Amino acid sequence: MSFWIVGPPKEQTPMGDEVLVAISSDMDVVRARQTGRSMATQVGLSRSEATLLATAISEVARNIVEYVGEGQILLCTVNLNGMEGIKVVATDSGPGIENVATALQDGESSGGRLGLGLPGARRLMDEFHMVSKVGEGTTVTMTKWKGPGRG
Amino acid sequence: MPVPILKQGHYLVASIQDALSDGEVLELQENLLKQIGDFRARGIIVDVTAMDVIDSFASRSLRTVALTTRLRGAEMVIVGIQPDVASAMVQFGLLMDDINTALNLEEGLEFLDRWTAERADADGG
Repeated sequence: MSFWIVGPPKEQTPMGDEVLVAISSDMDVVRARQTGRSMATQVGLSRSEATLLATAISEVARNIVEYVGEGQILLCTVNLNGMEGIKVVATDSGPGIENVATALQDGESSGGRLGLGLPGARRLMDEFHMVSKVGEGTTVTMTKWKGPGRG
Repeated sequence: MPVPILKQGHYLVASIQDALSDGEVLELQENLLKQIGDFRARGIIVDVTAMDVIDSFASRSLRTVALTTRLRGAEMVIVGIQPDVASAMVQFGLLMDDINTALNLEEGLEFLDRWTAERADADGG
């Protein structure tokens, strides 16, 4: 099963800044969210927006460590019609998720845990897409934009 | 670096100094639950002022310590949740309805003083 949950990604212009964080341990989870926070601050996201982003990164990074073991998170600054933000692409080559829509429901978790991670991360971000193929892996793409009124 | 746990009177104060990995969160959880027995502590304060995020894992672990502490006859209070972290927790849907929180260390100590006094009254009456 493979589809976009929130529709295809919008056309975004990468602004050049890109950081790839390899994820294979709980320390990498911390590194990924801290890198994301510092990039967000540089682009001008507020402290609150940066914390929402960092929390969402923490969840998707942990999912990689817990369910797959290793993967990577690409963080990049993006620009859409003058709007700036941070895009996060979390990729793994794990077993994949059979039903993406179910995985994004509250309370659903194949690991038998609370299952708050993905649906929670989705609520924190402005855009959230998840695509997964059984036997090939999962990619979560999500973006946090700088809020209005802060040029 | 492990989170330092200081003994202050009948209370234990865990003062988180930096962002914590999941492993460090679990280590803190284990140490607190062990020390509450070792020191016969009546209360625990966990100061999370320095935590960069409180995500699903951290919040579940903190809740576990709080509820386990209560089962052992003591009480825990979380202090110092930063405003941006608090609003992210609400937006995420991480609820800590049954967990005590206070603004800062001072108010956390006051909370535990009141709690232990009330319990002493109840025991005495």
